[in-house]
Amino acid sequence: MSYTQQKYMNPYVAGVLLGLVITASFVITGQGTGASGAFKDIIAAAVVKFTPEFAESSAFFSRYVGAEHSPAKAWLVFEILGVIVGAILSGALANRITLKVEHSPKITSKTRIIMAIAGGSLFGLGSQLGRGCTSGAGLSGMAVMSASGFIAIGAIFGIGYAFAWVFKKYWV
Amino acid sequence: MSPLITPGSEFDLMWAFIIGIGFGFLLEAAGFSTSRKLVGLFYGYDFTVLKVFFTAAVTAATGLLLLNHFGVVDFGAIYVPTTFLWPTLVGGAIMGLGFLLGGFCPGTSVCAAAIGKLDALAFVGGLVLGILFYTLTFESIWMEFRQTSNLGVLLMSDVMGVSYGVSVLIFSIIAIATFLLVSKIKERIADVEY
Repeated sequence: MSYTQQKYMNPYVAGVLLGLVITASFVITGQGTGASGAFKDIIAAAVVKFTPEFAESSAFFSRYVGAEHSPAKAWLVFEILGVIVGAILSGALANRITLKVEHSPKITSKTRIIMAIAGGSLFGLGSQLGRGCTSGAGLSGMAVMSASGFIAIGAIFGIGYAFAWVFKKYWV
Repeated sequence: MSPLITPGSEFDLMWAFIIGIGFGFLLEAAGFSTSRKLVGLFYGYDFTVLKVFFTAAVTAATGLLLLNHFGVVDFGAIYVPTTFLWPTLVGGAIMGLGFLLGGFCPGTSVCAAAIGKLDALAFVGGLVLGILFYTLTFESIWMEFRQTSNLGVLLMSDVMGVSYGVSVLIFSIIAIATFLLVSKIKERIADVEY
């Protein structure tokens, strides 16, 4: 039996609903949504647990020592667990769950995986320096009209457009 | 009256999970679980991301403005980030390059990995590596720079010298103008199959 993938939601409808979720997040919990922070908190908790002496002596990790069970540090982790569940629900309803490496026909899966690891590394690094990623710094920052959110998004998309030509052959 | 939940309470984490489900569901449903759709905005063949993203930002900004007006949300009680100009610009630039190379941002990579995209899983692995690199070189490279150019809690209304409501209105008008512009651009650019 063959299943056909469902179409994606209308972008403006999805945008309004996403905006309402972010509004609800601020109203209920006082903060917006995020993503990169969850990874930082998981990494920090792991470093504190497995290498406590190193964590104590590290300028970065020392502030996590003794705070690894604090709910404030777990908020984003629970939110990201929710994101995984939500994405699986939507993917399952639309018959989009399949194991695959998605890439342009002009490049190999191996090239795509190397690009993804390199891109992820840069995004991970940048998100720490920029105090959040597209969700936490960008979307949630713009929701409260913070200059920080607009600067972050301006820089992400600005550099994206400025250097798009360099990477065109890998995508189009 | 907002936030309704005391930060740090057990219900706080339950709500984090529920809000995450809504966030992840909508990101996936909007098409953010495919890298080729996401980078489409840089090459003009698919502006879905831009439309969803700015519609969400305008909706949330307008929603919070109205809720503040009606006394439901107190802007003093919700999280508004402090602006650090240069660290945010440099961090954003690094993220922009990461987006072009990797085809995802952190939230969308989690969604895509959840529905089986292995390139997204590789991106998530990269995220961990990048954050580890940052944490291990924090003291020697980033610590000082990260605290520079602190502009305090700076709002767009301060930057533009208008009231908060007018700043949301200007943002909404710019977003709608951008949607019209990208629709025109899309008509001129060939579709890409993916």
